[in-house]
Amino acid sequence: MIAFTDTEKKEYRNIWVVAEILSGEIQPVTHELTGAARTLADLRKSEVWVVVMGSGIEGKPESLFAYGADVAIVVDNLGLSGFVDETETKIMKRLIVKYKPEVVICGATTRGRALMPRVAVMTNCGLTADCTGLSIDPENGDLLQTRPAFGGNIMATIRCSNHRPQMATVRPRVMKSPEPDPGRTGRIIKEEMLTSDTEKIKQIIDVFHSTETAVNLADAQIIISGGRGMKGPVGFNLLKQFAERVGGAAVGASRAAVDSGWIPYAHQVGQTGQTVQTKVYIACGISGQIQHLVGMQSCDLIIAIDKNPDTPMMQVADIAVVGDLFEIIPEIVREITNL
Amino acid sequence: MKIVVCIKQVPATNDAKIDPKTKRIVRKGIKAILNPFDTYAVEEGVQLRDKFEGEVIALSMGPPKAKESLREAISVGVNRAILLSDRAFGGSDTWATSYVLAKAIEKIGDVNLVICGKQAIDGDTAQVGPGIAAHLDWLQATYIMAVEEISSSSIIVKRMHEDGYDICKMSLPAVITVVKDINTPRIPSLKGRLASRKCEIPVWKPDDIGADTSKIGLDGSPTKVVKIQPPPPRHTSTKKIEGSSTECAQALLRELRLRSIV
Repeated sequence: MIAFTDTEKKEYRNIWVVAEILSGEIQPVTHELTGAARTLADLRKSEVWVVVMGSGIEGKPESLFAYGADVAIVVDNLGLSGFVDETETKIMKRLIVKYKPEVVICGATTRGRALMPRVAVMTNCGLTADCTGLSIDPENGDLLQTRPAFGGNIMATIRCSNHRPQMATVRPRVMKSPEPDPGRTGRIIKEEMLTSDTEKIKQIIDVFHSTETAVNLADAQIIISGGRGMKGPVGFNLLKQFAERVGGAAVGASRAAVDSGWIPYAHQVGQTGQTVQTKVYIACGISGQIQHLVGMQSCDLIIAIDKNPDTPMMQVADIAVVGDLFEIIPEIVREITNL
Repeated sequence: MKIVVCIKQVPATNDAKIDPKTKRIVRKGIKAILNPFDTYAVEEGVQLRDKFEGEVIALSMGPPKAKESLREAISVGVNRAILLSDRAFGGSDTWATSYVLAKAIEKIGDVNLVICGKQAIDGDTAQVGPGIAAHLDWLQATYIMAVEEISSSSIIVKRMHEDGYDICKMSLPAVITVVKDINTPRIPSLKGRLASRKCEIPVWKPDDIGADTSKIGLDGSPTKVVKIQPPPPRHTSTKKIEGSSTECAQALLRELRLRSIV
């Protein structure tokens, strides 16, 4: 691909965030990324723009100014109520050509990870997935993107020097959400969805909100996870009780527990499940095979509860509790309830 | 129905280490496996082929050794396999890789459906599937949990997302990426194993697929890796809590309260 000249690169300004909307609401990952974009924009002496595509979202984008946005580009159309990859890609491409952002970042959600690779190819740009760190190279102003690879066993720093915009996705909960400043204001730019943006050949027939599949492990602060040591679905009920008593906790599982049919696949943490990076990970009766460890070893605090003190999980853990989890967990649940 | 399944041979993650001197990933003597997510893609391709007849083709880009993974796909029922292998492909990022695969799919011709695993376990990017769709300008659907219906002109799929799932209908040709929920991969039969040993796997070079050499390999990749390093060490020691169940529960509670977790 032909590299941009320095003069061409200079035409591209501002740090963009692609907003994440679920059920008509702007998701926390958008606030986190707006905060991260603010830091980058200050270093580049430019602005933060957030692209908000959705349906019936009037009044919502204004809330982003408090988190550091200077401009919100709003595309509000009934055709954007479900996620149509091709439509959102066409809109993004049109906006990028029109406004020339220097950087575009988006949440590494199921939608972001489908949308951004398509946008990157269509605009001949580089894209770095699941970044855990974003910074600016003081020498030339390039975006430096840090990401884990090989299941977190290595960290790679990546740059896209020759093309603009520079694109990255970032997992939810990786960046800190800034304190909102209600006094901040910004500008709204309204953009239309064009008929040429819609692919009539794709149709979202129905959307289901399901507790069976809706396990937003990436969005949880705390994950309480169970493995073979939970002995069956009843054991997982205990973990669900525990999670309910702890604010912001979700239930995770090892592959062994999922494959035994004790809990649905959407809960699975690890190589063939989800990679999580929560503040706290409580592993209950999980031996800690490497395929599981690579999916959770970046969590801030790991607590393991197991009868066997010698499992790999008990070695990785910051706190290892040696004992019978069927006695320890109910006692903790009782104590928390009695507060 | 003509289906292409894109697969990747990956190192078994647990062995991924960095050479402290060269700062490169040590690949010597490392076991290579078929990317676990791709086993579901292969199985889905074989199942759909069995339902509609036609053929399913496994496609991979990688070193000559990647033929092993293509043979694995043949052993479970894929009709034939093609390897994209050449020095010029080396160093391709997801943009360039998806370009090469898209060019190969064009060359295969008359393809109705491309199936990929959700992501590969080495890079973890999940970008190649949508990238192929973008290069071909085909429709795409990712995180597929089930193929509900399929005909020669359209497909209805169940797409997993954070808040549940949706049912999405799109016209073919299209690219889908699949998650583990979609099926249970079969074990190769004896007949399959024999077939996989005997089959010829053609190797395609950039010229064979009419690839623009400025769009492949390191030069064709917009992203550049500038540095790799081990992650910061986790912690220095594990705090062990032992004793009776009540003692354990109380000690753990104290730790949780200290950190304002409960």
